[in-house]
Amino acid sequence: MGNFRFHQYQVVGRALPTATDEHPKIYRMKLWATNEVRAKSKFWYFLRKLKKVKKSNGQVLAINEIFERKPTKIKNYGIWLRYQSRTGYHNMYKEYRDTTLNGSVEQMYNEMASRHRVRCHCIQIIKTATIPSKLCKRESTKQFHDSKIKFPLVFKKVRPPTRKLKTTYKASRPNLFK
Amino acid sequence: MPFKRYVEIGRVALVNYGKEYGRLVVIVDVIDQNRALVDAPDMVRGQMNFKRLSLTDIRIDIPRVPKKKTLIAAMEAADVKNKWENSSWGRKLIVQKRRASLNDFDKFKVMLAKIKRGGAIRQELAKLKKETAV
Repeated sequence: MGNFRFHQYQVVGRALPTATDEHPKIYRMKLWATNEVRAKSKFWYFLRKLKKVKKSNGQVLAINEIFERKPTKIKNYGIWLRYQSRTGYHNMYKEYRDTTLNGSVEQMYNEMASRHRVRCHCIQIIKTATIPSKLCKRESTKQFHDSKIKFPLVFKKVRPPTRKLKTTYKASRPNLFK
Repeated sequence: MPFKRYVEIGRVALVNYGKEYGRLVVIVDVIDQNRALVDAPDMVRGQMNFKRLSLTDIRIDIPRVPKKKTLIAAMEAADVKNKWENSSWGRKLIVQKRRASLNDFDKFKVMLAKIKRGGAIRQELAKLKKETAV
């Protein structure tokens, strides 16, 4: 909860009406971008690939940010993505456990960057969905589907409560147990 | 030595970093390996990293992700507030807070009280020394 780098936007647009086509079809896309300007730009990028329309002969009718409906409920998110690696394009399906969709998308970007060295501009999100617990495929998300979950915090790092109290050297060796 | 304090639903924890520093919260669900869904009677339910939490010995009986009313009722039934304030950890924190909020006059009073106590101890010690010496 809090600041997300990636916001979810709904962009609605269509081609400009011409003499031959008075009422062109209206298209709606849900996409992730860091701000509204980028969202509109991404909208035209994807729409160009799907239909014969460009920003110069089209118009954006509406752009709204989509917020999480229930940010206090934990959900399992499945994200289908297409990313460009050093050798070509690949599809991938990843699962995340989070309270908000924006949070899980941000997790996805971070994970792709760390595990596969893929930067965020090389990732296209195809689809996202909240998955009910029974249909989750990954063991790492399924291991938290336990109503009596219980585990100890094994490695307890001693941290000063504010960064101002941080020191480079300590007088005694910190006790990491419990 | 096995572990005694587990992360589980109903475990009471103390926030030890960040904006919510010093607040007692209850773990109502586990999101993943690093984060928990955390709730307290006077805050909006939110997620928190385990690194910001210090687990306590207190544990209350709640179902997974309870409603606010159920949570407050369970906390009253388990008497978390009193248990915390009577525990040695809780008492230490209360004393720390009191000491930090003293004004100058209070500190003067503390100084006088310390001198008085030191004087009384030394008197008793002198008495005992005289008895053993003789």
